[in-house]
Order: sequence, then structure tokens, then C-alpha cells
Amino acid sequence: MPDAAIELVDVNKWYGTFHVLKDINLTINSGEKVVICGPSGSGKSTVVRCINQLEKHQKGTIRIDGTELSDNAQSVATIRSEVGMVFQQFNLFPHLTVLENLTLGPIKARGLSKKEAEEKARHYLERVHIPDQADKRPIQLSGGQQQRVAIARSLCMEPRVLLFDEPTSALDPEMISEVLDVMVELAQEGMTMVVVTHEMGFARKVADNMVFMDAGEIVEQGKPEHFFTNPRSERCQKFLSQILQH
Amino acid sequence: MKKPLLFLPLFVLLAGCSSSQTWGWYVIDPTTASGWTNVKFLVSGMGATIQISLIAAIMSIVIGLLVALPGLSEKRGWRLVNRIYVEFVRSIPLLPMLFWVFYGLPIVFQSMGMNIPIDPFWGAIITLAISDSAFTAEIYRAGIQSIAKGQSEAAQTIGLNYFQTMRYVILPQAIRRILPPLANQFIYIVKMSAFASVIGMQELTRRANELVVTEYRPLEIYTLLIFEYLVLVLIISAGVRWLERRMGADERG
Repeated sequence: MPDAAIELVDVNKWYGTFHVLKDINLTINSGEKVVICGPSGSGKSTVVRCINQLEKHQKGTIRIDGTELSDNAQSVATIRSEVGMVFQQFNLFPHLTVLENLTLGPIKARGLSKKEAEEKARHYLERVHIPDQADKRPIQLSGGQQQRVAIARSLCMEPRVLLFDEPTSALDPEMISEVLDVMVELAQEGMTMVVVTHEMGFARKVADNMVFMDAGEIVEQGKPEHFFTNPRSERCQKFLSQILQH
Repeated sequence: MKKPLLFLPLFVLLAGCSSSQTWGWYVIDPTTASGWTNVKFLVSGMGATIQISLIAAIMSIVIGLLVALPGLSEKRGWRLVNRIYVEFVRSIPLLPMLFWVFYGLPIVFQSMGMNIPIDPFWGAIITLAISDSAFTAEIYRAGIQSIAKGQSEAAQTIGLNYFQTMRYVILPQAIRRILPPLANQFIYIVKMSAFASVIGMQELTRRANELVVTEYRPLEIYTLLIFEYLVLVLIISAGVRWLERRMGADERG
């Protein structure tokens, strides 16, 4: 697998005695879009948070671009520069303007000049369709706009992989589609994406690989056409019937 | 209930102005030559009180932050360092600590082959700064912990290291919550600086004590002393409120 962007091999994690991740094996190729779904508490967010080392796994191997993640600061810094993350709660910096939110990383972590960083920031704000909000504070924006700013903030670091941890779960229903539209566009442009979500419409549209997790295990994974029409496991059938019935 | 209470100080003052034997406001009456000399003598301690308090407060703000940061670590060893410092320092009463620093510390230095004399000025500052730093450390810790974890996670995912995360993301938000209790501590330092008088520092309280010894008018002189502190603290409060407004610390959220 020469172009595997992310590889998880037998990854295990415990919170105290609670076994949150059990032998997780997952390969995400460059340009691939993987959607992870499953009931709450199944460990899907934890998988994503382990990939960028916001949380540490205790057993197994995670490789990003062939480099194995270890505890040393250098390796963590490398991942952070290649892997972007979008959070459920946006986590924008409330004391900074939208533009400052976007330029902070490029200026402080990448050493770009203020001018270069602002050009880049405006470019990405354009891409998420909110070029006019640069000088506002996050609190002055709607939830959907805030999440799109958060996506733009990740894009400003020009990551190879973008992780999404339930990006639409904190949004009002009428704002979900504006965020999903941006994500679909990113997918079409070839971004490698790992998305934890319950938005099955989005999943059908963009996913190359569907992953279903339950109780810390990957129960089932496969192409969306098989996954949605023909889930093999009973747990996955039950989950899909529950979330697709409305 | 409130109105009689308001008139009480006025009553005390008026009673003092009458020519009874127990009152003698002449001692600090600025219209007479000797009274004016006394007032000037008392107020001249203001400079030292302000200097001691200000330098001690600045040191406490720096030491407090340095002590607070290990307290926020995920590593138990670092947190222990913070706990031991805070619990130990804040359990020592100010006066014994002042004696220990002023009389004891030079001996410690001597035994280590260093000849570092400690004068009353620095003795008072070191004591106030260290004693107060345990409290400022707790204020920082609470303030920083009140900022949602997602903020530092987001900062990490855009490549900021620990110190950049603190400097650009966490502290600017925490400062709004830290500032009001920190101002409280500053007022506490100003008042506690009165203890410096016992090691011979010529500040407000020392001046008052010395004048009492020569004039034997404790009530009038200590009343003025209290008003001197009151004025100082009111000025600080006004300054802090101005600062809070500027930083938006008085807003909610």
C-alpha cells in the first residue's frame, strides 16, 4: 500500500479499565473519504482523536504517511502539520476575529508573514463562501458560518488529511446543509477526509469507504453501495434501520 | 438602620473636634505648623508602601503563573510540585515568614558562602511576593481551567506548541476571569505591607507608630493612617475597574 495516508494497525486504548478501542485496523488511502458511524459511545470520535494524537493509544501502531506515531514531540508536530481537524463544537477562538482565527496557525506555527497569511485566509474564506465576515468575531456568526470558519482555519494549514468529528451535530437543522455543501466540495477537490457523522445522505454521496463501529470495535466496513443496501452484521442493520427510518 | 451608621464616623469626628481631654486633632491639624509637619511625616511613608506593594504584586503575578503552570500538567509529578508549593506557602502566616526572611535568610545565604544582606525593603517585598504567589497561582489555575478544553485542542491542531497555545489562545481569554480576583490580591498586598513596619521599613504604618511614640495621640494618628490606606485602596479599585472595562472583563460570557 504505497499511498496509504493513514494506517491503523491493531490499535487499542483504555480509559482506566474501560476498553474504548479494540484492535482497530483501518487504512485510509490518499484522496479517500472515509465515513465512520455508529451509536454514541462506540469509540468513533476516539479513533479520530487518536489519529491526530489529541489522545494517546496504548497498544498498536498508527502511521501517517509511513511515519509511525510515537510519543516524541517531533512526531506529534509532524502529524499536526499534516492532519487538520474540525470539531463538533467548532472551537473557534472567541477573542480573535475570524481573520485572526485563520492566520494564527500559519503565522505562529508556519512562520508566514502577516500579509501572506491574510491572503491565504481570505482565499479559504472565499472557498467556504463567507468572504465578507473576516473582521467579525465568531460570536457574531451563525453556527453554520462558525463551522465553515473552522473548516477554513484547518485548510489554512494546508493539511494532507482533514478529520471531522461530528461537524454538524451541534448545528440547527437549517444550517447543516451549508456545512455539508462545503464538505462535499472539498471531497470533490480530492481532499483526504475522515468524517465521523450521522449524515447518511452525505455519506452516500461522498464516502469511498463506510465504517461502522460499536462498543469499541469496527464491526463492518465496505463500499457505501453494499453497506447501505446489504449490511452483513445484525448490529449494523439495526443501527441503519434506526437512523434511516425518518 | 443604615442612616445612623452613616452618621457614626461624622459623630466621632465632631466629638473629637470639641475640646475634651481625650481628643486632640491638633496633632494632625494642617493649619498649624507642627500639625502640618506631622501630617507631612505620616504621608511621606506613602512612597515606600506603594513601592513595596507594587514590586511585590508584580513579582507575585510572575511567580504565581510559574507555579500555576505545572499545576495544569497532565503529569502527576508536575502537579505535585504545584500542590506542595501552594499548600506549604499559604499555610505560613505573613509575620513569621517576614521574620524568617529578614532574620533567617541571610544566615542561610551565609552558610552557603554567600554574603547577601537583606534590607527591610527587599525583605518585605520577597515575603509579600512569595506569600501572595500561592494565592495568585490558584487564581491562575482556576482561570485557565475555566477555559474549555476544546480551545487548547483546536490550538494544537493548528500546530501551536504549549507556550504559543498559552500565550495566544488560553491566557488572553483567561485574563478576563483572572483580573478581578488578582486585583483583590493587590489590595491584600497593600494592606499586608503594613507588617513591613515591624522590621523597620519606613512606610505608612511605621511612620504612624513613630509619631504615636513622640506625640502620644494614637487615636488621631491611627485614624489618619486608616484613611491613608482607604485612599490608596480606592485609587487601586478605580484603576482596576478602568482596566476591566478596557479588557471587557466586566462583560458576561
